[in-house]
Amino acid sequence: MSNNLTLRPDLRNVADWINPNASVLDLGCGDGSLLAWLSGNKRVQGYGVEIDVDGVTACVEKHVDVIQTDLESGLGTFQDNTFDYVVLSLTIQAMHNIENILLEMLRVGRTGIVTFPNFGFWENRWQLALGRMPVSETIPYEWYNTPNIHLCTIYDFGRLLNKLGMKTTGQVVMHQGQKVSFLPNLRGSLALVRFDKA
Amino acid sequence: MTNPSSVGIVSAQKAVFDQPIALSSGVTLPRYELMYETYGTLNENRTNAILICHALSGHHHVAGRYQESDKNPGWWDNMVGPGKPIDTNRFFVIGLNNLGGCHGSTGPSSIDPETGTPYGSRFPLVLVRDWVETQARLADMLGIHQFAAIIGGSLGGMQALRWTITYPQRVRHALVIASAPRLTAQNIAFNDVARQAILTDPDFHGGDFYAHNTVPRRGLRLARMLGHITYLSDDGMGEKFGRLLRSGEYRYSYDVEFEIESYLRYQGDKFSDIFDANTYLLMTKALDYFDPARHYGGDLATALKEALAKFLVVSFTSDWRFAPERSREIVKALLDARKHVSYAEIESAHGHDAFLMEDAPYHNIMRAYLNRVAAEVNA
Repeated sequence: MSNNLTLRPDLRNVADWINPNASVLDLGCGDGSLLAWLSGNKRVQGYGVEIDVDGVTACVEKHVDVIQTDLESGLGTFQDNTFDYVVLSLTIQAMHNIENILLEMLRVGRTGIVTFPNFGFWENRWQLALGRMPVSETIPYEWYNTPNIHLCTIYDFGRLLNKLGMKTTGQVVMHQGQKVSFLPNLRGSLALVRFDKA
Repeated sequence: MTNPSSVGIVSAQKAVFDQPIALSSGVTLPRYELMYETYGTLNENRTNAILICHALSGHHHVAGRYQESDKNPGWWDNMVGPGKPIDTNRFFVIGLNNLGGCHGSTGPSSIDPETGTPYGSRFPLVLVRDWVETQARLADMLGIHQFAAIIGGSLGGMQALRWTITYPQRVRHALVIASAPRLTAQNIAFNDVARQAILTDPDFHGGDFYAHNTVPRRGLRLARMLGHITYLSDDGMGEKFGRLLRSGEYRYSYDVEFEIESYLRYQGDKFSDIFDANTYLLMTKALDYFDPARHYGGDLATALKEALAKFLVVSFTSDWRFAPERSREIVKALLDARKHVSYAEIESAHGHDAFLMEDAPYHNIMRAYLNRVAAEVNA
């Protein structure tokens, strides 16, 4: 049913990493676009997890199976090694217990995919150099109303994965919907990282 | 004028079953009757039927009115009707009064053809699985092989869940709302206090009060008052009644002083006029006994393994009788059994009763899910 659906470029890049017929858990799935697309185009089976009831309703409208849960409380509803991929897009920077969610992702799934705003993006650095908190395309909030409490650079995120006994197996950096390959930690505002157990 | 979003004026029908039914308790009823109502039209392929299972004190009158002048419509009129989440323009909706009920279906207050007097204490206990069996026979009678959806709240949700295990082929979707996979000790305790109120009422006469031309009104009233407290939330009750006094002053007596006392006594009195004491006992026992995992080593996921239905599970944040954690147990079992399931946890101050209330996020989810069901069955 979702063959004609167009995906946001970052989600499209996430989808490119996912094999046909795989099982996927999409954490913070929003309106379920990614799973609907994967189900229609790659025969992927999966569940979304979403905290917002309007998101849950939007998923149900797209025939996406969705579980309303607060990710901070962990993934206790899901058994070990249930999914091929566990996706967490543009959510991790707003979470309290980041180490726990990363460990949980590789408990319930084989491969993790996380997307996050890259704090190392040059515009952010430039605004900091001018003495103010960055406001940019992927961090569109003022310091006093931002839900983002754990911002990091691509470099920082890789170090955390290492610390947790995980390794990066793929990385795409983007800006305004386009891939950035030259000096990604400086020129990219959005990072997509795929990782497995080391 | 009739409201265009109402199913309008409805009437109940009676289905008579002459084929005996062997109940889980070991008793066989040689014949029985079920009261039911239907709304909407069964399509040519008979794929658009929805069964609504009722809760503890429910019945077949789900939507619409019997006469224009009726003060209240059916118990789920805000959910069932043309253009409503359970849209009678698309679906053929069936509500029934369960076996053992007191609204026209064969139950303890019915006349036992063998003796010519009400069954009373001789009416057997009925389990949720027995209800599912009688509902399946009603479906056979109406020519419905498979339901597009079976929907129920609370005890009704338990029936929907049981259907998916007993008759996997006959349910496309199960909507299990404000329910639980089995009662906790606390739930059973509440039920037993309610039952003791009835059983110890001097007018109960061991269940055969009909012969004494009396009703254990005091017991029923207490049972309902207790039940009612557990169906509301502390916040909801506080918001509605707080510590409001009827006369504005303390009167230092045991008469009704606080508004909440007045409300509960009114609800209790109203209930004791319309509900049968033996049916209340029977329904609460059916709740207590319900445990589909019991014959699967206590593992609900194993019990649900054969289910073919897709599920929507809904709970309400302030429901402490069947708290969201209980719904999450059902969800976990369904996930463990690799079933299609969606789960919504609706913010509400209305406690367990929230499933009967009109609330936009709740109705939006139901509508979205049933749109999906309609698309599947071309309704």
